[in-house]
Amino acid sequence: MTELQAERAAESLGVPRIEAQSKRLRYLDVLIAVAAFAVLATLPFLFSSKALLDFVIRCSAFGLFATSLNLLVGYTGMISFGHGMFFGLGAYGFGLIMQRTGVPIPVAFVGTLLITAVVSVMIGAICVRLKEIYFAFVTLAFQMLIHSMILSWASLTGGDQGLRGGIPRPVFIGIDLTNHIHLYFVSCALLVTGLLLMRQIVQSPFGYTLRMIRDNAGRASFIGIDVWRAKLTIFVLAALLASTGGIIMSLFVSGAYPEFAYWTISGEGIFINMLGGVTTFLGPMVGTVLLLILNDTVTRLTEYYGIVLGIVILFFAIGLRKGLMDFAVEWYEQRRGGGRERTR
Amino acid sequence: MLQVQHLCKSFGGVKAADDITLDFADGSLTAVIGPNGAGKSTFFNLITGALKPASGRILLDGVDMAGRSPPDIVRHGIGRAFQVASIFPSLTVHETMLAAVGADQRRAGVLHRRFPLAETRDRAEYAMEILGLAGKRDRIAATLSHGDQKLLDIALALVLDPQVLLLDEPTAGMGTEERWRMIDKVHELWEREKITVVFIEHDMDIVFKIAPSIVVLCYGRILATGTPDEIRRNPAVIDAYLGTEHHAEAI
Repeated sequence: MTELQAERAAESLGVPRIEAQSKRLRYLDVLIAVAAFAVLATLPFLFSSKALLDFVIRCSAFGLFATSLNLLVGYTGMISFGHGMFFGLGAYGFGLIMQRTGVPIPVAFVGTLLITAVVSVMIGAICVRLKEIYFAFVTLAFQMLIHSMILSWASLTGGDQGLRGGIPRPVFIGIDLTNHIHLYFVSCALLVTGLLLMRQIVQSPFGYTLRMIRDNAGRASFIGIDVWRAKLTIFVLAALLASTGGIIMSLFVSGAYPEFAYWTISGEGIFINMLGGVTTFLGPMVGTVLLLILNDTVTRLTEYYGIVLGIVILFFAIGLRKGLMDFAVEWYEQRRGGGRERTR
Repeated sequence: MLQVQHLCKSFGGVKAADDITLDFADGSLTAVIGPNGAGKSTFFNLITGALKPASGRILLDGVDMAGRSPPDIVRHGIGRAFQVASIFPSLTVHETMLAAVGADQRRAGVLHRRFPLAETRDRAEYAMEILGLAGKRDRIAATLSHGDQKLLDIALALVLDPQVLLLDEPTAGMGTEERWRMIDKVHELWEREKITVVFIEHDMDIVFKIAPSIVVLCYGRILATGTPDEIRRNPAVIDAYLGTEHHAEAI
């Protein structure tokens, strides 16, 4: 009872300050998101290049995927090698629903997320009990399972040919996704919203629960945290956002291919995180842009794409020992004379 | 009141806890001593749920804790600190406290609000104050000195407002002077919070000086319980643990 009184007293006195500050930070994030969307929205009017818009759409798909992977890798310390399965699941789920049922796009979107939720709860319930390398390998195993299901269930998925014949994209509330500009805006909106949601997740009390689990899961359980449940929750949330990335991808290519669910997609997610860095929220987004630029330029110049990419990864992993954003943030703080003691 | 009844646990053929029965009255301060491998840490691990007892009961105000999970037991009011400071290296002292209070208030899963929650602040502040960490609130835990990390570990247990606080060697790895400062802090905390404190300690001088009651464990069994004077005079204890030399010195 005394505690309750103390709480009440605190609420009426000094506490609003802390609350007001965190509210301000949230508004700041929303503001940044709106500004970012505004910048992206002006691009089509400034440049008439279709390739640029394509690039941004691909960045949206992979950015959501890679940032959601960082929720697991960077914030919770769960290195998933199978995160790409949810990217593939999003693409196939959405494509199949649109092809087979012809429901409106928003319904298919929600339906795909529901399917992803169910599948990720089942896979997560098995995987998140495992530690480190075992978690990594079992997630990889599930990825391969899903990939081979897609290959062998040809009557549904089209096997190694993928979902062909295009994904119908009927107009909804005035949005026509067969129109390139419309698709561009929707992708950007999904990207910005997704990032904002993830930002909220990592800055929420739950986000700090994840950090505690990453730092010391044993201790976390001794302050009353149900580690398994928290891990499963973030596994599912990350899967939903990866799935959203897959949906964007399937809209972009108007189809879905087995490669979307192959382990190399998960590998690319890990690469992106290594490139951009896992200690900042936007690191994976920076990594996505870097990887896609590399991808586009190097494949144009040489067929030995893998070698070049490998060298770049080695440079980041062995040379810098961190991602680009980690490096930038450290450099910035050193310049400021280490005024702030921490970055996140 | 914490009551341990007929607690048993063995690893292979080794009995780490052999029919331990003990009562810890509310607000008592008890030291657990015993030679290395006596089962002191195992005893703590059994109470806190890190290990499942083979048999026996652990009653906290009559509710059996045996076999429950650590989070569940913590929520019932048994907090613990570890022999090797167990903290969250990348969080600051302040964040650690705020997050721990949030977890205790069952708000560890809150997604729609921002960290830190206003209602966690006062208790976090209080715990930092008590353990003298308030001045180091913005330090990242990994950069704290060994002693401060131990304090932070204790603060993590204390901030949950436990009914029973188990401290596994709060002075481990400290120099003599630091030891005394730490133990004074523990004593002060016990007096102030009026909670049940059980601590493991190797330094006999400390134990005899501050603990009103002492439990001696040996090979997983209770060798003796009693006041410092009783323990000092107990022939079994002298024989098994204190040794004649130390005995003479202690008297």
